[in-house]
Amino acid sequence: MTDRMTERPDVSGMSEAQKLELGRHFMAQVRWNAELGITLEHIEPARAQLRLPYDSRWVGDPSTGVLHGGVLTALLDACGGAAVMSHPTGAIATATISLRIDYMRGAEPGRDVIATAECHRATRHVAFVRVEAHDGARPEPVATATGSFTIERPRPKDQPKKEGA
Amino acid sequence: MAGRREPAHVVEARRDAALAGLSHAVPFVNELGVGFERLGDELTGKLAFQEKLIGNPVLGALHGGATGAFLEITAQVTLGWTRVWEMMEAGGEPAAAIERGEYPTLPKTIDFSLDYMRAGGARDSYARATIRRAGRRYASVSVEAWQEERSKPFVSAVGHFLMPEG
Repeated sequence: MTDRMTERPDVSGMSEAQKLELGRHFMAQVRWNAELGITLEHIEPARAQLRLPYDSRWVGDPSTGVLHGGVLTALLDACGGAAVMSHPTGAIATATISLRIDYMRGAEPGRDVIATAECHRATRHVAFVRVEAHDGARPEPVATATGSFTIERPRPKDQPKKEGA
Repeated sequence: MAGRREPAHVVEARRDAALAGLSHAVPFVNELGVGFERLGDELTGKLAFQEKLIGNPVLGALHGGATGAFLEITAQVTLGWTRVWEMMEAGGEPAAAIERGEYPTLPKTIDFSLDYMRAGGARDSYARATIRRAGRRYASVSVEAWQEERSKPFVSAVGHFLMPEG
């Protein structure tokens, strides 16, 4: 299940700009995200927004120039993972357990795709995420996804000892 | 039909060329590095390992977005191939269209549900799709990928597809 994990340092006390910078740094470390040109646009507690620039290399239907759904898989997965990592529950790493994607329509050729994810629930070990992808051409999303992700927490021995514990 | 009397190796070579043409007509399939091999009418997709497919730099594991795309492509090409096969077997104009490199558009994905069972390692991956139902408009497909052992898939999916008109 550990297809993608991201180690997370202590972000408490960081400004919003610093968190965004840190998130961008991690996004760039993930080779496939970097290859596709995926960038972090915005991050806040339990929410993340990512951009996929249009590129003719990622076309799935050469007769129309519409992007292949598999490119959106990477975008939606990465966006979901970023929302999990930014959730205040404090995961130190995450991996996708499952992802279900609905493709409502083809993304408009030439337009960037923006994905927004919300981690709407985090239990001790599992995070639940909703993602929407838009191309800005029409109000309806291009695709939506729901996913479940692992929450990796610091091992007990890594945690500070409590008085009398 | 004249084609029926052709030597088997000529027929098989034409089928292999059509399979390569069908999949390599799609830019993203080539960028991801997916190819197909055929034994009779059974297709196996191959995702050649490349550094650029890494999703976790610490573990050196494949990106779930890359393996998910590989499964989706395998499902689409397996479905699309049934249409190409019919066209070639029909002879006449449909077979001539394939011969000219005019392949039908790959089926459109309606939905795709991925189950990430374990991490994909830094090595080649293989996938096979099973068509569970193929109607004139809608199809249901399951697909799974493995690396070293066929009996240990690392990611699987089920998806629904809209078949191209015609």
